[in-house]
Amino acid sequence: MKFSRRKFFTTIGKGAACLAVLSSLPSVVWAKWNDSAFNATDLSAAIDAKYPGMAIEDSEKVSLKAPAIAENGAVVPVSVKSDLDNISSISLFVVKNPSPLISTFNLSKHSVADVSIRIRMGTTSEVIALVEADGKLYRATSTVKVTIGGCGG
Amino acid sequence: MKLKVKAKASGGVVKVKMLVKHQMETGRRKDKKGALIPALHLTEIMAEYQGSTVFSTEVGPGVSKDPFLAFYFKGAAGESLKISAIDTAGETGVVDVTIK
Repeated sequence: MKFSRRKFFTTIGKGAACLAVLSSLPSVVWAKWNDSAFNATDLSAAIDAKYPGMAIEDSEKVSLKAPAIAENGAVVPVSVKSDLDNISSISLFVVKNPSPLISTFNLSKHSVADVSIRIRMGTTSEVIALVEADGKLYRATSTVKVTIGGCGG
Repeated sequence: MKLKVKAKASGGVVKVKMLVKHQMETGRRKDKKGALIPALHLTEIMAEYQGSTVFSTEVGPGVSKDPFLAFYFKGAAGESLKISAIDTAGETGVVDVTIK
């Protein structure tokens, strides 16, 4: 990546501004964004980076709600629910997107396993929800047909 | 960064609906000259309730522009909820709401 002089200084400036904001808000502790998982370009690499070495099984206790046909791939509403106990995280993947990992929801003991989000889909693809509970992964899959892609380019 | 948050309690469970105003640039789009527009998207959204993190999200470029998010946690009306978000440039947004 090439940086121009101007861009270099604006980046430094933004970083300094960010530090100033962060130091004024000591109660906010950001977790580390999982770079390798989000940058992975195929599904198995993304799952491996996110949940290394964990077994996956299909489960009826995970319900993934997504439209059968999405007219606009830029905005596809998806929600995941689960009745499983001790859920620590839920991750969403779109198999054919340039980077399949969409998002990860980290749940606490106060959370209820029911999340909704709007995602981008480049083309017709399978959407996969993985629920991590008691050290195991549970999967639900749904196919969404996209008529106009939403990944730009 | 502008955050819009609504939190409503019923039966011991709080439903949170939120919107963040953000372009969520993927880093894959090109401008009119054909040069890539650098990625600029949210990376994390966090919810704090009574001093502990009840819910957090890591998001990638695959999330839509102006992200909408809904989630639930066990809480009560009248308490306050703090939602914060950060993007790849390090810009943050924080909002405090009272649960209805």
